[in-house]
Amino acid sequence: MKVKELCAQLGWEIANGEGEREITGGIYCCDLLSIVMGRAPAGSLWITVMGNVNSMAVSTLADTACVVIAEAMPLDDEALIGAKKGNVTVVRTELPVFEAALKAAECLGLL
Amino acid sequence: MSGNTLHYHYVVPGDDFTRAGMASSAVKQVLKQLGLDPETVRKMAISLYEGEINMVIHASGGEIDVDIDDEKIVAVLTDHGPGIEDIELAMQEGWSTASEQVRGLGFGAGMGLPNMKKYSDYMNIESKPGSGTTVTVMVNIK
Repeated sequence: MKVKELCAQLGWEIANGEGEREITGGIYCCDLLSIVMGRAPAGSLWITVMGNVNSMAVSTLADTACVVIAEAMPLDDEALIGAKKGNVTVVRTELPVFEAALKAAECLGLL
Repeated sequence: MSGNTLHYHYVVPGDDFTRAGMASSAVKQVLKQLGLDPETVRKMAISLYEGEINMVIHASGGEIDVDIDDEKIVAVLTDHGPGIEDIELAMQEGWSTASEQVRGLGFGAGMGLPNMKKYSDYMNIESKPGSGTTVTVMVNIK
């Protein structure tokens, strides 16, 4: 399933990018960027509360399908610039991380 | 690029977290344009980014030299920071000397050097306390 299809089903906002990428690496939840860098699978739907510019760099370099910013946490201006530069699909939801992952897992047929 | 070696040089500014990752992103772009397979690109991108972040956090920046030939990508990361007292200890997951401010940004989990080792096919650290650190990472091209 593509990121944009999942967002359409769950009513999540795409804050940057087109969401054309297929989610091929499952779901990954973590906020500590050093851990994410080493362990987030390529092509994964990465859910975090860290809406800063470094998260955008991590998504680009670890090659996740997108970043989902949970808890309606802010995406600051620098982060948005970084997302555009790195061509990162950024999704926002009001759901907490666990609930967001649960909904996404249902949607992706992982449960 | 048969038989040729491509060379790239990057300067990493210190203490600027908003720009950390620019060199790694640039290298990733080059590797993608060369048509290398995504896993090779990802391995080098992750190894380089961790090194770049380390330079920003610990060494007020540094320089990165990347050489690419038909078989491998080699990156040499050089800084003139405080050096690493105990390399064996620094290689342990979870061990970090990063500040609280750095941890607040999501770094400093003590995963940088272990991640570099995990994602590269060869890694070497040369460091002297007081005079800086040189980390070499190599990723084989499939």
